[in-house]
Amino acid sequence: MNRKEQIIEALLFLCGAISVLTTLGIIAVLFFQTIEFFSEVSLKDFLTDTQWTPLFAIKHFGILPLVTGTLLITLIAIIIALPIGLSIAIYLSEYSSKGVRKIVKPLLEILATVPTVVYGYFALTVVTPFLQLIIPGLSGFNALSPGIVMGIMIVPFISSLSEDALYAVPSSLKEAAYALGSTRLQTSLKVAVPAASSGIMVSVILAVSRAIGETMIVAIAAGQQPRLTFDPRVPIETITTYIVQVSSGDVPNGSLEYRTIFAAGLTLFVITFILNNISFYIKKKYREQYE
Amino acid sequence: MNNEQVKTLKNNAFKIWAIIATSIGLIMLAVLLIKIGMDGLHRLSFDFFTALPSRRPEQAGILTALVGTLWVMVTTAVFAIPIGIGAGIYLEEYARKGWWSSFLEINISNLAGVPSIIYGLLGLEIFVRTLHLGQSILSGSLTLSLLILPIVIVSTREAIKTVPSTMREASYALGASKWQTIWMQMLPAASGGIMTGIILALSRAIGETAPLIVVGALMYVPFVPKSVFDSFTVLPIQIYNWVSRPQAGFIINAAAAIIVLMLITILMNGAAVILRNRWQNRVKW
Repeated sequence: MNRKEQIIEALLFLCGAISVLTTLGIIAVLFFQTIEFFSEVSLKDFLTDTQWTPLFAIKHFGILPLVTGTLLITLIAIIIALPIGLSIAIYLSEYSSKGVRKIVKPLLEILATVPTVVYGYFALTVVTPFLQLIIPGLSGFNALSPGIVMGIMIVPFISSLSEDALYAVPSSLKEAAYALGSTRLQTSLKVAVPAASSGIMVSVILAVSRAIGETMIVAIAAGQQPRLTFDPRVPIETITTYIVQVSSGDVPNGSLEYRTIFAAGLTLFVITFILNNISFYIKKKYREQYE
Repeated sequence: MNNEQVKTLKNNAFKIWAIIATSIGLIMLAVLLIKIGMDGLHRLSFDFFTALPSRRPEQAGILTALVGTLWVMVTTAVFAIPIGIGAGIYLEEYARKGWWSSFLEINISNLAGVPSIIYGLLGLEIFVRTLHLGQSILSGSLTLSLLILPIVIVSTREAIKTVPSTMREASYALGASKWQTIWMQMLPAASGGIMTGIILALSRAIGETAPLIVVGALMYVPFVPKSVFDSFTVLPIQIYNWVSRPQAGFIINAAAAIIVLMLITILMNGAAVILRNRWQNRVKW
């Protein structure tokens, strides 16, 4: 190998190494600031205090209200997205013609490319006023509306990936079920879905992880008020929206308030990191093997 | 009703539900587009594109946000494209199969799953504070580059994978070096797929709001940025700012700005789809 080739290989190696540096950077930044944060706030308060008021005169640093806010929104989103997404996946892979599938799938994927700030606008100006007609006493800012809109947003995550998994189930399995007199529904639910279950689970976990990390829909439509509740009708705040709220205000660098966003960020990072790695594990362990 | 009829009934009931479920997503998309069109279309005018932000909604425009978005996009592309393609080539052509290459692979998949706002925290601490780049276009672009890097890397690898090894071997047989083979044979053959990935990655970057708010993009920028060290705002942040105001006039402005943002996003995604189809149809190995 001549000199030029070696230099090129070294440069390309550096490009690859940047991705590792990014990961190390994220972990280092979050940990360093969080350790500073915990030199002033005890871990016990952080995990057990039921109030989160770092920006007020009387400060409380309990992460629980932000965590429940995040879980509540995610739960609503999944309740919407899972039945719709899975039904679409079954319909497209087992019922519809190839032509329908070819048109509907990319159309649905547009839902995932719409900028999230646009969904925020939609939740605030369309979905919330509509829900207020049905549910009396629904606050102008609430968890329900952004949760539903986020559910619609993540439908293509579940429908596309699950459909790929269902489509990959060998037709011999399905044909055996049809030969025994099963309907399409029986074949789908009792043969195709179980055979594709690992792929479906991966799609759901990725959708959950996406919902947990989503920011702008909630920042616009949920009210930015940390509250320890599972009532979907009142304003709440999620981990991500707290970070946005602090970042768009005037919080001095290096203050305790400044560090709270890193402690919140680390909490978020740990949750999504665990979820993503569970999905890799499932993907690797249960890689569909039929032969 | 016998067993046979029950199961046929269930089957048909599910079919109807599934068609409804499929329509829900598409109907929502239609309602979203119609609502935004009705709210904002009449607000779009030449002045809207050339006016600076203002306290009075009817005088406010998106000039600074649009120029900010262009600056951020171009700078992000300058960083993300060469590094992303370089890393993709390294993983596909150079890295020996072993713990290092599988570690890199897991690492990239993990980065793709990190919430975008975490990249904002990384950018805030590294670019804004440690490297003293300030709340500038440069800090924002570097942050977004890291965010879209996994997409560029993965699509580069996928594109190179589709090039048959006969191409590579023919090139070696003619005496080309490894890099000559990659640069003159593999990359041109994979260019369609790589371009598609780059466009999709950049269209993702255009819509990002949260990480840029965290690195300190401003809500109100009364001047047009002139260099990468200037402070800035982008379209999604301008929209967020307007949506958060109570006056109805600003909501209309937000809808009009959303039309502009959506048009850019749809054009880019459309271009990516066309490019991918042309590339797939033309190249038959």
